[in-house]
Amino acid sequence: MANVNEGGTAADMVTCTIDGVEVSVPKGTRIIEAAEGIGLGIAHYCYHPALSAPAMCRMCLVEVEGAPKLAPACVTTVGDGQVINTESERALKAREGTLEFYLFNHPLDCPICDKSGECKLQDYVHSEGRAHGRSLEAKRVLGQDDFGGDILYDGDRCIMCTRCVRFMREIGGEDALCVVQRGHRSVIDTFYDEGVGENLWAGNIVDICPVGALLSKDFLHKARVWDLDRTPSVCASCSQGCNIYLDGRDNAVDRLRPRQNTEVNSYWMCDYGRYNYEWLNRQPRLESPLVGGTESAWQAAVISLVERLKALPSGTRVRVVGSAVLGNEDNGLLARLAEVVGDGETVFRSARAADEEPCPGFPVLRRRRELAANVEGLKLMGFSRVGDDEGRGGLEASSGDVVIVLGDDLADLPEDFGRGAELFVHLATHASAAAAGADYVLPVTLYAEQEGTFTNADGRVQRFWPGLQPPAMARPAWQVLGVLLAGLGDGAAPADAANAFLRVAQIHDAFAGLSYENIGARGALVNELVRLGAGAGEEG
Amino acid sequence: MAYPYRHEQETVVLTRGFGDPRTRTLEGWRALGGYNALAKVLEMAPNDVIEVVKASGLRGRGGAGFPTGVKWSFMPKDDSKQPHYLLINADESEPGAFKDRELLRWTPHQVIEGALIGAHAIRARHVYIYMRGEFFEPAQIMARAIEEIYQANLAGRDILGSGVDIDVTLHLGAGAYICGEETALMNSLEGRRGQPRIKPPFPAVMGAFGKPTTINNVETVAAVPHIIVNGADWYRSFGTDKSPGTKLFNVSGHVVRRGNYELPLGFPMKEFLYDVCGGIRDGRQLKAVIPGGSSVPILTAAECEELALDYESVAAAGSMLGTASVIVMDDRTNIVKQVRRMVEFYAHESCGQCTPCREGTEWLAKILRRIEAGQGTEEDLDTLLDLGANMTGTTICVLSDSAAAPVASSIEKFRDDYLALLGRAPEAPALAAAH
Repeated sequence: MANVNEGGTAADMVTCTIDGVEVSVPKGTRIIEAAEGIGLGIAHYCYHPALSAPAMCRMCLVEVEGAPKLAPACVTTVGDGQVINTESERALKAREGTLEFYLFNHPLDCPICDKSGECKLQDYVHSEGRAHGRSLEAKRVLGQDDFGGDILYDGDRCIMCTRCVRFMREIGGEDALCVVQRGHRSVIDTFYDEGVGENLWAGNIVDICPVGALLSKDFLHKARVWDLDRTPSVCASCSQGCNIYLDGRDNAVDRLRPRQNTEVNSYWMCDYGRYNYEWLNRQPRLESPLVGGTESAWQAAVISLVERLKALPSGTRVRVVGSAVLGNEDNGLLARLAEVVGDGETVFRSARAADEEPCPGFPVLRRRRELAANVEGLKLMGFSRVGDDEGRGGLEASSGDVVIVLGDDLADLPEDFGRGAELFVHLATHASAAAAGADYVLPVTLYAEQEGTFTNADGRVQRFWPGLQPPAMARPAWQVLGVLLAGLGDGAAPADAANAFLRVAQIHDAFAGLSYENIGARGALVNELVRLGAGAGEEG
Repeated sequence: MAYPYRHEQETVVLTRGFGDPRTRTLEGWRALGGYNALAKVLEMAPNDVIEVVKASGLRGRGGAGFPTGVKWSFMPKDDSKQPHYLLINADESEPGAFKDRELLRWTPHQVIEGALIGAHAIRARHVYIYMRGEFFEPAQIMARAIEEIYQANLAGRDILGSGVDIDVTLHLGAGAYICGEETALMNSLEGRRGQPRIKPPFPAVMGAFGKPTTINNVETVAAVPHIIVNGADWYRSFGTDKSPGTKLFNVSGHVVRRGNYELPLGFPMKEFLYDVCGGIRDGRQLKAVIPGGSSVPILTAAECEELALDYESVAAAGSMLGTASVIVMDDRTNIVKQVRRMVEFYAHESCGQCTPCREGTEWLAKILRRIEAGQGTEEDLDTLLDLGANMTGTTICVLSDSAAAPVASSIEKFRDDYLALLGRAPEAPALAAAH
């Protein structure tokens, strides 16, 4: 037998024609993938690029010239010289026919269905289905079933694509769901009363359900999806840095959804991160700078704070507290401030879990021990951890110190915290009892309200974008700190987050060579040698 | 006790032991020359066995009629690397079919001997007999027979000192029609849901437990010992050139003598119905015949006039010989009711994977029920035909096609039966009552 590798790369490639477009793909490529490569989306329900393909939804049937039957594009590999037609009369008729079968028992309750607007059944029926249904028969009624945890199952809407069953088995690592009964009596069910509630990854089945059969109780009837603003972001709940969308409206986050990134989280995110977003909506917020407890304009506050800082004798011990849920830009400029003002000490507090929890079917993805997004970034910039695994303690202030706290709400600390310090500055999002006596309280934005970057546990710098409007007077911390540094004669204040990042990259070798441009939407790794050096002595 | 009825025109080969409980024992089967074929085969090279079966022209008796020797030759020839499996499909569950049951309960050793020969031919070291769960009696008989062959060293290690090892395992299904489909059968055997698999990969490449596998029907392997002992030419002396050999015809419905008859292929349908089966019951007229089990298109009485019962002739008449499970209907039969009953069966047995089948079978059944209740319109007939067309060729296996075929053929051939029922009842009884 001839060596298939003979002749080099060309021998491993096959060329086919899809809807008149010639495309060369590696041998073994499936038709649906080849079509994707030329921007042609072949309709499908059961197929998902990260799951096994049962070829049972029968939506992706395409005409392969010379073949007696239509071929499922999700499992049929491209043959050399094949002519494939997704829009032939037979293919169109098959799709129209199959869509009609889908609607035979479907309740068509789009007006009260959460999936409406992002439902593949709705989309395909509107684009390729019959204008009018022919069924005169009563529909089968199965009702709803509680699958445990956040998951609700609506059997009437289910199209039996079994994506959820396969997700739980292949990615969630647990045979938690199955098809029971057969034929038109088929229904997805859990085993006994166990459900999917204990599985950390179960929330993903709501995302991958092509219809409204799997519902999030948390999102149930909360919003129409076309009213939602969708912002690409990064999950802040652990140092994995899953790529996500912040979906919200009326300036509040309504849900988090994973955003595909093969290097980080594939198509998935964990439920710990998914449901941890109410802190972004927490009210009331700090609305105005406070100087000595009195509301002040920004300009006056900044000018007086610069004067106070300038007046500090050299050798003053400065302690700054960084935030693991704010960006490299914010924390980087904070560290710089500590350096410029005096004898700087940079610390942070952040909660840690006892163990990490890997995703069984995609072990690159783990709910990490560090329960905040930017711990790695802080470490790279020389911040050291204080306090316990709950993110408490470790901040006992000594008199004569300058204390500058970013983000940390100091919830565990007494009201007289910082009284002994010569200067106590709180850059915060919410009022804090412990900071009631602070010399300066400066309102800053949440990461979800600003542009910035996190550095995940693997040293991947990833960008996030503003999805929420900050309170009128709140400013990104990098901006406040940049202005303070400029006031102290340490360079010009950065005009935007991109420049703030460049400034930080100049200071910290780990970020050298990186910019918003080359980080892009997928992220980029920090200088590995610097990272390993910084990580030495720290346990993972 | 004699087998219920044997007609003088029968050619008795496979059915020789029918009615005689002694044939169920190893001793009884040996008295009829049993296991001589196996002894002979164990001295032959596997490929030579395949050549004999190829030469005999034996075709699969499970419905498709694929040449058995050719099927065996698809198995990889290098036996050293991975296990091969032979599965005997004893899941007979097609409505109208009851031929394998008789072979299993009267001649278990005939089936086992054929299976062992087939296993040697395809270099399989393990035979699984997958029997439908409802076959309590055949299962007991088969289990006893398997015990006997192990005791007699006709199975297990070093069979009859030949150096060949073949194990035989009886596996009972759990009551799903679809598990008679060969890939669903493999899934069921492996402990998965009984759902057909996508082909390719074909079983000879990747079958049971992911290994090369051949699946043969009970009646197919039952014919093999006779071919080995008597030769391919002898086998070809029965039947037609393209459909050689004898075949069990199992007849149900409105004939005088229902039952199993062994006849050479190519036997005339008319003679079969009126002579062998004793004609139509109660002196009625013939209306229709389903010649090969519920999944094949229906034939009218006129179409049966000149029909010969072999694979090619029945196909030429627009139906299929299938399992040769002949269902006979007299002139009192309501074809709509018959078709509805059959479609309901398919709706009940659809595995539910493929949407056109899962939803389509139920939809057809619901429309047919409505028509039968007198609430149908002519539009419903068009819908039935179009739904049937959308269910054909669009699914992983052919259950969907099988459900659609009788609907289409009956509307085409017995449209009057449908028209007679249309609009007989008020369109919506509940509404009518309210007015």
